[in-house]
Amino acid sequence: MILAAQAAAETPGFLSPSGVEIVFLLVGLVTLGAAVVTVTTRQLVHAALWLVVALGGLAVEYLLLTAEFIAWVQVLIYVGSVVVLLLFGLMLTKAPIGRSPDADSGNRPVALGVALAAAAALVWVVVDAFRTTWIDLDGAVQGSTEVTGATLFKHWVLPFEALSVLLLAALVGAIVLSRKKEQER
Amino acid sequence: MHLAYPAVLAALLFCVGVYGVLARRNAILVLMSVELMLNAVNLNLVAFDVWLRDTLHAGQALTLFTIAVAAAEIGIGLAIVLMVHRNRGTADVDRLRDTAERPGSPDDGPDDGGAPGTPTDETPHGEKAEATA
Amino acid sequence: MTTTTLAVLVPLLPFLGSVAGLLLGRTAPGFVRPLAVLPTLVAAVLAAVVAARQGGGKAIDAATQLTPTGSVPIDLALYIDGFAALVAVLVGVVATCVQIYSTGYLRDDPRYPSYAALVSLFTSAMLLVVYSGDLMVLLVGWEIMGICSYFLVGHYWETPEARAASLKAFLVTKLGDVPFLIGLFALATDAGTFRITGVLDAVASGGLDHPTLIALLLLAGVAGKSAQFPLHTWLPDAMAGPTPVSALIHAATMVAAGIYFTARLLPVFAESAAAMTVLAVMAAITMVGSALAALAQDDIKRVLAYSTIGQLGYMAGALAVGDRGAAVFHLLSHAAFKALLFLAAGTVIHAAGTNSLTAMSRMSGLAKRVPDAYWTMTVALLALAAIPPFAGFFSKEAVLVAAEHTALGDQTIQPAPAGAGWTVLVAGLLTALLTAAYALRLWLRTFRGRGAEAPDHGRQPIAMTTVLWVLAIPSLGFGLTVTYLDDWFDGHALTPTVTTAVLGTGLAAAGAVITYAVWRTLAARTPVAGPVPLPHVAHPDADAGLVEAEALHLPHPAEDPADPGRALLGSLHAPAADGFHLDAVYRAAFVRPVLAAASLVRFLDREVVDTYVRAAGTSAKGLGWLVRRAQTGNVQTYLSALLAGSVVLVIAAVALANAVAGA
Repeated sequence: MILAAQAAAETPGFLSPSGVEIVFLLVGLVTLGAAVVTVTTRQLVHAALWLVVALGGLAVEYLLLTAEFIAWVQVLIYVGSVVVLLLFGLMLTKAPIGRSPDADSGNRPVALGVALAAAAALVWVVVDAFRTTWIDLDGAVQGSTEVTGATLFKHWVLPFEALSVLLLAALVGAIVLSRKKEQER
Repeated sequence: MHLAYPAVLAALLFCVGVYGVLARRNAILVLMSVELMLNAVNLNLVAFDVWLRDTLHAGQALTLFTIAVAAAEIGIGLAIVLMVHRNRGTADVDRLRDTAERPGSPDDGPDDGGAPGTPTDETPHGEKAEATA
Repeated sequence: MTTTTLAVLVPLLPFLGSVAGLLLGRTAPGFVRPLAVLPTLVAAVLAAVVAARQGGGKAIDAATQLTPTGSVPIDLALYIDGFAALVAVLVGVVATCVQIYSTGYLRDDPRYPSYAALVSLFTSAMLLVVYSGDLMVLLVGWEIMGICSYFLVGHYWETPEARAASLKAFLVTKLGDVPFLIGLFALATDAGTFRITGVLDAVASGGLDHPTLIALLLLAGVAGKSAQFPLHTWLPDAMAGPTPVSALIHAATMVAAGIYFTARLLPVFAESAAAMTVLAVMAAITMVGSALAALAQDDIKRVLAYSTIGQLGYMAGALAVGDRGAAVFHLLSHAAFKALLFLAAGTVIHAAGTNSLTAMSRMSGLAKRVPDAYWTMTVALLALAAIPPFAGFFSKEAVLVAAEHTALGDQTIQPAPAGAGWTVLVAGLLTALLTAAYALRLWLRTFRGRGAEAPDHGRQPIAMTTVLWVLAIPSLGFGLTVTYLDDWFDGHALTPTVTTAVLGTGLAAAGAVITYAVWRTLAARTPVAGPVPLPHVAHPDADAGLVEAEALHLPHPAEDPADPGRALLGSLHAPAADGFHLDAVYRAAFVRPVLAAASLVRFLDREVVDTYVRAAGTSAKGLGWLVRRAQTGNVQTYLSALLAGSVVLVIAAVALANAVAGA
């Protein structure tokens, strides 16, 4: 409690942001806007492209949080492969090019209500809890490739290997699922 | 930097993802929304890891794992969506209602006591045949 | 064998015969007749042996207890005094006669095996009532008789009349049996035992706390069984049963049970002057009313039924004046001639093909067709009209003498109010007049008809005619034993006195003369060629029982100018023919309320209770329908609900945490 009070006394207020904060805020706004467009646009392919913007914005945020390795992985995996996969999926399911009037289901008002309520609750809770918490970005580098690699292969080897098996299983499963059956060929 | 910025951003992104999952009709768009939710969680993990300065870097390691799992999930999910599309001719989430009782089936009204469980898979077969043809 | 063993065998043998008859009736039809007749016959012989050994001396009293039965013990007890011994002989003889007669009467009846078994059971139950020394065991026999009468009266259940009559007999006697049962319990509680000897001892030592209540409750049961006013209405309707059953019910069993029971427990009744007065009034109304009704009936068997009610009224009257010897004496002689009357009437109905007196009065030569029935019926009617020296004269005189003694206040066995004596005496004398009138009317209308020749059905079966002559002997001569009978009963003289003999016989003769005069006048006035034969059953070779069953359907002519009963009764004729509308009273007092209550219950069940049941089903179904509405199959809907729920939970948790932190 005393430490928290001292930290609160030391931390600068929201009204005098640092440069990093301003950049974070602007990129965050772009990311959020791109995400919103992703879930609201009527053009399916555009949704995928706006998703690229949102994920890229997130990569920049990771960089700003000094997690550089995560940022590059984000760009590689998400922007590089996941979105491409999604575009392939859209193509294979013969998604219409251009505006499709029925992109949203009839569940939309409920979804909006639930999302807004959840957002209000979460933002209130988060702001209430971390109002005075300050991240010290100037200390030892937390997310460089070297540091990440060292911890990953020193402390997280077993989960890492298990994850590789999971990925292999997912690969095989995806192939089995998407393969056409013999008689249907 | 204030922790509130990444935390609020993560919360808002998550809620946008929720909205997308609940409101989108196309299954692939639903998958995109799921990706948004996952990324919101990742942002949280990274931010807290940096704040707490964990010696094991648990937050960043977990983020990497999450990204890997998300990649696996998107692969499997797309395979399923493709298969559904092949079988049913549609990838619309709200048209995949096989678990519901048929509208217009004898059990529809409150006043008839017909036994449930009458075979309801005729139309799906028909649709499947249509799709493959 | 000891007398006790023989006495046990007497009710047991017909019971075993009945069980065997029911079991073997279908598989071995050849055994049915022997199984019906022989046990009853042996029981009659054994009863005679028991009576001879008992000899009117000290009562045989034996008891055994099967199992403890709580505060008031129930014993399997025998109590055989002079009354029991003689009544048992009577029951055995009449039942044997009825069984033998039935073998001829119901020769071709498909239901003869069950019929014979039920008659045996009926006999067995009556013998149990007669010999039992324990009121509970007596009640068992009493109720078995009720159910047997239900089955036997409803023997021709194909006809609606028989069905209605059997139900009526059962329900009306039950109406009396319920108070009877309560009365028995009250009596046993007061006396501390169900044993008859114990009860009589308690009465002698003044141990009864509520004599009037008990006596009145018991009287209800007696009135039901013995067909006393106002519970007599089942008896005329019970004529829908076969004639032998009528003979059995009217002579030996059922109706005799009530009189016999009262005679056994007469000291209990005599404790209460009110009960004796009620009994006397009941007997008087029964006597006069039934005699008037008998004069107006057209069905030959209904005439006899009403005469039975009247004679039972005499017995009840004798009990009301405290002379049970006279009552049982009249019971015995009445049983003989009434059984004879019924059995002869059955033969006549068979011969005439109808049971209507009017139809018979338009046939000539019926007497020649059935000479046995003609002669024996004449004897029995003379006995009924109490003409000396026939049996009925002596027994009826005994009743009248007892009533006279009570009325004049000298020499009574049991204390009885003088008013009861006067009531019984006057009613008895009036009934004597009426009895002679309707007996003669019956005889004239049956055997002195004019018109077409009666149909010829050939000779009656020998089993039927023999029985008639056998029963004619006691009807003729039983009264002459009066001087010996004293010893069997209470030792009180039963011989007639000059006053009552002259009065009673004179009134009877007067009634007969008036009836004859009216009949002659009417016959002279009616043209000989005029009367057309009324419809009757014409089956030359048909079984007597079948003819009777069919005759039940024949219409009874409402108007017959040649009927002396109509002329004698005048304006009373219509109500008397209808039993003084007592059925209508019952309908209004019991049937209608019960039907109304039943329809109310039906309404409550159908409309109220069922509504709840239906609503339970419908609401569950409706709820299911509502819940099923939610199961759209749309995964997004489900997920929305899930997430909305979790958001609500989160908000609730946060709010709670804040509240706790704030506090």
